[in-house]
Amino acid sequence: MDTLAVRLDHPLRSFALHVELEVGRETLALVGPSGAGKSSVLRAIAGLLRPDAGRIALGPDVWLDTAPETGRRISLPPERRSVGLVFQEYALFPHLTVEANVGFGGRARVGELLERFHISELARARPGELSGGERQRVALARALARDPAVLLLDEPLSALDAHTKGTVRAELGELLRDLGLPTVLVTHDFEDAAALADRVGVIVDGQILQLGRSAELLAAPASGFVASFTGANLLPGSARPGRDGLTEIVLDHGVTAYSTAAGEGRVGLAVYPWEIALSREAPADSTLNHVTGAVTSLVSLGNRVRVRVGPLTAELTTGSVERLDLREGELVVASFKATATRLVPL
Amino acid sequence: MLAIFLRIPPGDLLDGMRSEAAIDAVLVTAKTSAIANLLILLVGTPAAYLIATRRFAGRALVITLIELPLVLPPAVAGIGLLAAFGRFGLLGDQLTALGLSIPFTQIAVVLAVTFVASPFYLRAAIAAFEAVDPNLPAAARTLGASPARTFFRVALPLAGGGLGAGWALSFARGIGEFGATIMFAGSLQGVTQTLSLAIYEQFDVRFELALAIGAELAVVSAAILLVVKLLPSWTRSPSGSTTLFAPSRST
Repeated sequence: MDTLAVRLDHPLRSFALHVELEVGRETLALVGPSGAGKSSVLRAIAGLLRPDAGRIALGPDVWLDTAPETGRRISLPPERRSVGLVFQEYALFPHLTVEANVGFGGRARVGELLERFHISELARARPGELSGGERQRVALARALARDPAVLLLDEPLSALDAHTKGTVRAELGELLRDLGLPTVLVTHDFEDAAALADRVGVIVDGQILQLGRSAELLAAPASGFVASFTGANLLPGSARPGRDGLTEIVLDHGVTAYSTAAGEGRVGLAVYPWEIALSREAPADSTLNHVTGAVTSLVSLGNRVRVRVGPLTAELTTGSVERLDLREGELVVASFKATATRLVPL
Repeated sequence: MLAIFLRIPPGDLLDGMRSEAAIDAVLVTAKTSAIANLLILLVGTPAAYLIATRRFAGRALVITLIELPLVLPPAVAGIGLLAAFGRFGLLGDQLTALGLSIPFTQIAVVLAVTFVASPFYLRAAIAAFEAVDPNLPAAARTLGASPARTFFRVALPLAGGGLGAGWALSFARGIGEFGATIMFAGSLQGVTQTLSLAIYEQFDVRFELALAIGAELAVVSAAILLVVKLLPSWTRSPSGSTTLFAPSRST
């Protein structure tokens, strides 16, 4: 099995890109805010961007080596690297039919690919006539027509509306598992990354802050940024050892909270929305942490509702919200267990 | 325009067109124009593509130099060409050594036409290639296409509308070329006398003939305008993103 090994150093506008990755037969997602250097990583792997320094190899095939032992810089042009790159807006050729787009890289498998992606009946259409989801399937089929050894996906879901996104994400996840290719995908959406990838790397300002399975990132975010990027509430405060071996955190907005995680000095207390329970009065149960605040917003997400209470966002089932009869402006108590909290350096 | 066709009876107009001077002028114009336009297209297209897609030191200077003939009075262009290629010009000694004398030959006509007409094509071609979404050639490369195949299969067809429009303008400017040609190539019937020069030569000798030649040029110009208007419109529309927010097709 060939592993894609990537090491890159490249100056971008306001920071330096420094990335080291090993991608086996798996999907690795690079997730981060826009402008973090994610797309540059893909372009460098594809050969569309020449990094200042680095090495890119697929198994024994070296695609780029700026300082090889033999002394001669190696940098294969894109057409000699076995990659399939799906561009952010898909970059379909507007003057060619779907069939010609898919066949651009290789004619042999066009019929099979059109069939596989359910776009046979669109073979004679031009990209301008297609919907977002159809374009994405054409772009995937085109990228696969050359039988690439590595698949690169740049924001594969961002050009889709919320309605199509769910279905397309499920189909894409299935496809990636079937293909079993070393795949690097970049996205600004942690949920997409967690759904599609085996491993997720959080990248900010050209640096990978943390790389691991999405569950690992959620369980132990390495920094405040990773915690908030993965969707946690992040409350800054000062930590010191408290009673019963717990850590006592005086939060900046006044409340004292307790955590089973260790920490001292300036910390961020991270707690995920689904770990927070809401009630009318402070419950007499095992939860140690209670924050009282007014409900400032209720946002429905399918079968869940995200409720904003003071500095916290809680995620409740629609049924719970109806049972509590929550409305904006009402005072409620948000509770979470000390075991549900993580402490991250700020 | 109408005055040209209505000033004299159509029969006289056709007779004028059949005269030796008019036929010679058509042949000279056709030959020199064809060579000049071939030069402009074959050299200008790849040059415009490189200028549009590469970033290099002195790029702005190169573009300024290309645009210079647009603002240069034709008489200055003519005297400049003479100063460069004339017997006593900058390159005169080298050309004489090669046994070449350029002024007052068809080569001079071609040079003059190329000099004044090419900027119209180059400017439009650079703009057309710059308007091609850079991700499209990039996508072609990742799909295994060499730089040459990328140029012919992706960049050229997508820039086609802009190239055609630019070429039509440059062609029109070329067949209308007068000032630089008369100074650098003279107006020898059958050798360097193009249609534009023939009108000038004839208008105080045989006015009907000048009108007839004028009518021919007017027809060609109208045809060019028609071609520009009828160029396929999809090549000029921005690629890909225009219908991004169109409603999904229900299948």
